[in-house]
Amino acid sequence: MVMTGNYASAYGAKLSRAEVIAAYPITPQTSIVEKLAEFVTSGELNAKYIPVESEHSAMAACIAAETAGARTYTATSSHGLTLMHEVLMWASGARLPIVMTNVSRAMAPPWSVWVDHMDSIAQRDTGWLQFFCQSNQEVLDTIIMAYKICESRRVMLPAMIIEDAFILSHTSEPVDVPEQNLVDSFLPPYAPEFKIEVGKARGFGSLVKPDQYMEFRYKDMLAMKEARERILAVEKEFKHVFGRSHGGLLEHYMCDDADVVLVTAGSVAGTAKDVVDALRAKGSRVGLARIRAFRPFPHEELRALGSKVEGMAVLDRSYTFGAAGAMFSEAKASLYSCPKRPVMKNYIAGLGGRDITPKILGKIFEDIAVVAKRGVEDEVEWVDVAGLPRRWR
Amino acid sequence: MTKSHEELPLTPISDTPSTVNLTGLWRVVRPVVDKEKCKKCTICWKFCPDAVIRLVDGVPVIDLDYCKGCGICAFECPAKCIKMVKEGEQ
Repeated sequence: MVMTGNYASAYGAKLSRAEVIAAYPITPQTSIVEKLAEFVTSGELNAKYIPVESEHSAMAACIAAETAGARTYTATSSHGLTLMHEVLMWASGARLPIVMTNVSRAMAPPWSVWVDHMDSIAQRDTGWLQFFCQSNQEVLDTIIMAYKICESRRVMLPAMIIEDAFILSHTSEPVDVPEQNLVDSFLPPYAPEFKIEVGKARGFGSLVKPDQYMEFRYKDMLAMKEARERILAVEKEFKHVFGRSHGGLLEHYMCDDADVVLVTAGSVAGTAKDVVDALRAKGSRVGLARIRAFRPFPHEELRALGSKVEGMAVLDRSYTFGAAGAMFSEAKASLYSCPKRPVMKNYIAGLGGRDITPKILGKIFEDIAVVAKRGVEDEVEWVDVAGLPRRWR
Repeated sequence: MTKSHEELPLTPISDTPSTVNLTGLWRVVRPVVDKEKCKKCTICWKFCPDAVIRLVDGVPVIDLDYCKGCGICAFECPAKCIKMVKEGEQ
């Protein structure tokens, strides 16, 4: 079928047989929940659809439904996601494997409805798994995989599937929609170890004193470690059943013999692959590494890659004020313990939906090749900002 | 007894509901109802944030096992029939 990223999300949730959907519409996520409402109304999806008055309530409803043992799904974007912040931590702390699409969009002011990863990056410490997608197919597939990863006994954490606003959410691409029976054979019904049961009074999320609080956080840490292994195992199984995969935690594209690599996440990786092909055709040994899982972070994969290359450009589609791009900071921290590590530079680009063109990406590859030889002066560079030297156009 | 992380459940679930915690022990001042002056308006019952007020023939009966002594009932009572008395005093 030819479909937008938003419909791919809706089909992903439908194929995963989500039982409760609680959502509040927000541009550019709206068509996800509209499509799901249509599926529920027509009877194609046997789920309870709860329209709520805010995103905070949407997540709260998902938490309650998931605690009662239902597989739940929701979707949001930007200000909706950040309104959920408090309850996102409840979902992970209570160990509820909720799956949510976030259509990644810039934060206001100034108002913007276009792609930017600030909203998603701002939730990195909430204990959710975070998957940045490059294509609509990956959006659909990752939702199905996420339920399987997150619902496994040793993980039991929620997952956020990140779709770039408009570039994926509203752009149509061919998407293979798998048969329901195939998905059913891959993803069994949700059977949690604990849930609310009628006639059995218990307190959920109860108070613990300082002598026991740390142990619960320690368990969350172990679960996130386990998630790393589950992502790899589930994707392997997915490939076996459906015949495709998307690169584990860190997708490598032409990295094997690369002198310099670009590390980035989301839809821009698709453009970057074309740029790598064009540069390779001219004889440059360049590669692309796409951060697919930002949480858990691909430390091991980046270390393995970093020890082989001379230069590593990290392109962030958001900025952490007072520091640098989050992907850059974390990649750099990962590589610090490597005996041999590349020269690294951070490029901040594409905020608020500004296009990151093949030309700009080509120039980033040129720049990192030079920097890899001469050393880095300015570690973080804002790309294509009016008023700065126009070397990117 | 402190439990090892392995003994703890995934999520904090207690087998007892929170009613085992007698929050009345937190109280510094205690509401005392003058039943004669009560107009049976039920405002105290509606406002109690802990839902510890029961109505018996329209007159409030306050469950002192849980009442934290916040004084909202006394503040809201139009008939001024609820007085907050320091614990230990009559």
